[in-house]
Amino acid sequence: MAEEHQQYQIDLGNLVAFDPNHQFSCLPDNREDLVKECIAHGTKLIQAVADALFNLPSTQDASGPVVSLPPPSTKLPREKPLPKPKPPTKWEIFAKKKGIQNRKKDKLVYDEQTGKWKRRHGYDRVNDDNDLPIIEAKMTDEPGVDPFAKRRSEKKQRVEKQEKNRLQNLKEAAKVGALPSHVQLAATALPITGTQTAPRKVSKDELQNVAGMAATSTASGGKFDKKLAGEKPPKHDKKYRKFLPVVEGSGMGSLEKQQSDKILNKLMAKNSHEIFNVGKAVDMYNAKSDKKRRNQQGKSSSSTSSKLKVRKSPYKNASKKKLSNKGKSK
Amino acid sequence: MLKSNTNKQSKPMLSIKTPKSLRAKRALEKRAPKLVELEKKTLILHGTKTSNTLNAVLTEIYHLKKDNSVKYSRRNDNIRPFEAGGETSLEFYSLKTDCSLFVFGSHSKKRPDNLVIGRTYDHHIYDLVEVGVENFKSLSSCSYDKKIAPLIGSKPFFAFIGEGFENVEELKHLKEVLLDLFRGQVVSNLNLAGLDRVYVCTAVGSNKVVFTHCALRLKKSGTVVPKVELVEVGPTMDLVVRRHRLPDESLKKEAMKVAPELIQRKVKNVSKDAIAGKIGKIYVPDQQVRSTPLPFTPKGVKRERREAKAKGDDKHSEKKQKKQKQDDEASA
Repeated sequence: MAEEHQQYQIDLGNLVAFDPNHQFSCLPDNREDLVKECIAHGTKLIQAVADALFNLPSTQDASGPVVSLPPPSTKLPREKPLPKPKPPTKWEIFAKKKGIQNRKKDKLVYDEQTGKWKRRHGYDRVNDDNDLPIIEAKMTDEPGVDPFAKRRSEKKQRVEKQEKNRLQNLKEAAKVGALPSHVQLAATALPITGTQTAPRKVSKDELQNVAGMAATSTASGGKFDKKLAGEKPPKHDKKYRKFLPVVEGSGMGSLEKQQSDKILNKLMAKNSHEIFNVGKAVDMYNAKSDKKRRNQQGKSSSSTSSKLKVRKSPYKNASKKKLSNKGKSK
Repeated sequence: MLKSNTNKQSKPMLSIKTPKSLRAKRALEKRAPKLVELEKKTLILHGTKTSNTLNAVLTEIYHLKKDNSVKYSRRNDNIRPFEAGGETSLEFYSLKTDCSLFVFGSHSKKRPDNLVIGRTYDHHIYDLVEVGVENFKSLSSCSYDKKIAPLIGSKPFFAFIGEGFENVEELKHLKEVLLDLFRGQVVSNLNLAGLDRVYVCTAVGSNKVVFTHCALRLKKSGTVVPKVELVEVGPTMDLVVRRHRLPDESLKKEAMKVAPELIQRKVKNVSKDAIAGKIGKIYVPDQQVRSTPLPFTPKGVKRERREAKAKGDDKHSEKKQKKQKQDDEASA
C-alpha cells in the first residue's frame, strides 16, 4: 500500500501528478472536511512533483532558478491541422539541380561612377535602369527603334513574366494545400451569385446578350468600351432611324415609294379581306372538318339531341372570318 | 469587358490577395496553423438562461484564465452543443476569436447550472463534456493572505486523485479536458520562483469530481526541494458529469498527429564520454584486395588475349567489356 502511494504518475512537462489508486473508503459528511481531505492529499502529490522538479539541473537567472522542463508525456490534441510543407518553387528546383547556392547580398554597394556607397534597391540606387543618359548603339540595333522605350518594355515584360511565375508557384502550393497563410488566391471574373451553388456555364449567345446589355447601360451606350480581339461588334448598329438619301442614285428603285407603300399596306391590312393567309385558312378548315366528323360519329353512337349539347363558344366563328395577316410583320 | 484566357496578353483569372499592412499580415500569421502550437484560447459564453451561481462560475473561470480567454456577455439563444445543428454558432465564434476551447454555461430546470466544456479542431467541434456545478464556493468567499495570491498567467500544478479518473470513461475524458483548459502554455524553460497555483481534482464516486484551486506556498526545508503547502484560494466546486461526446476515431487520429520533424529520433553510434567528449565508432569494412578494379590495365596480358581470341575463346573479351562498364559507372 505504501508503495502504491509513492507511485504517482508524474508528468513533468505539464506539472501533473496523478494518483490512480486512491479511493474514498468513507466520504466525510461535512463538505469542508471533504475539501480539506482533498487538499491534504493534493499536497502529497504536489510534493512528489516538486521533488522531481527541483531536482532537475537548474541555471540561475535574474528572477530565479530556471529549469529546463522535459516535453509533456500526456498527449493532447492539436487545435489546428499540421501545416503542410511548401512544395519547392520552380526556381528552387532548378537551383538545386544546378547546385546554385543562395548568396546573401549587401544592402550597400559601391558605385564606381560616383565613388559613393549607394543602396542596392530603392531611391537613388546603384545601376538604375532609368538613369542612363546615353545608350550606345550596337550593330544589331535597328535604326527606328527607341532604345529607352525598348529597355522599359523589356523590363515590363520581365516583371510580367515574374508575376506569372509567382502565380504559378502559388497555384502549385495551393494544390497541395500549402498556401502561405497571408496569401489568398481569388478568382476575379466569377459571376456574383447569392447562393453557394456553382455558377453554370453560360453560352456564347447569352454572354453576348449580357455584354450588349452591359454596354448599353454605360453612359456612352457602349461606344467607347474596350473590345477584346475576338469580340464581335454589337448586333444592333445603334441606328434606330433610317433616313432616305436626299438624292436618288441611278439603278435604285424609288425608295420613297417603296417606304410609303409598305406603310400603307400595313394600315390597310387590318380591314382588308383580300389579304389572305393560306396556311392559316387550311389549318382552320381541317380542324373544322375533323370536329364535324367527330360530332357525327358521336351523334350516331349517342342518342342525345343536339339541343342539349352545349355550344362551346357562340363567338368563335366570328373571329374566324377575319383572315388577315394582321399579326404578321416584316 | 469579357475576360478570356485565349489571349496571351490578358490578365490571369486568379489574383493574388495579400494583406496591405504588416500588422494585418502579422495577425494572419498568428492565426495560421503552426508546427508547434501556442496556448489555446478559451471562449466563455452563456445561453438563454443563467443562474447566479453560473454567472459567478463563468466570471471566475474567466479570471483564472485572464490573458488567454474571451468572455461574451450577451446571451446566445441558438447554441445547443449536443444537437446536430446547434453548434454552428459556436464554430463561427471559434473561428472569429481564434479560440479552440469553449465553456458554455446554461441553466434550465432539467439541467441546472450546466457547463459544457468543449474543444475544437480546425474550428469544428472535436469533443464535449457536460458538467453540472454544485456546491460552488467563489473566490471572494475564501479568506487568505493576499501576498500568496497567484498571479495571472502562472503555470499551474495539477493533482488528480482517484481511481475514477482511470476507470470511468467520462471522468477520464473530463480529466483530459480540464488539463487542456487550465494548462496554459507548454514551456521548455520554467522559472521556479513563479510557481503559484495548484488545481486539485478529486474523483468522488463514479461521476463527481471535486475541483479546487489553491495557492502554492513553498517553505524552506533542509534540502533543495522546498516544502509544499496548499492554501485554498479560489473557486471550489463539485462537477457532476452529465453527458459527454468523444471525438471520432479518424478525427482523433488526425488531431493527435505530431509533425515528423519534431519526433526525436535516436542517433545511432554516438555516445558521450566524460573525458573524451563525444564519441562515435568508425567501422571500416574489410579490404577487397583481389576484386578491386585496378585503374590501369596490365600490359603483359595482350599476347595472351590475342592468342585466346585466335582460339575463339571469348571469355577474356567479355570480362574486359564488363570491367570497362564498371569503370564508367564508377567515374560518372
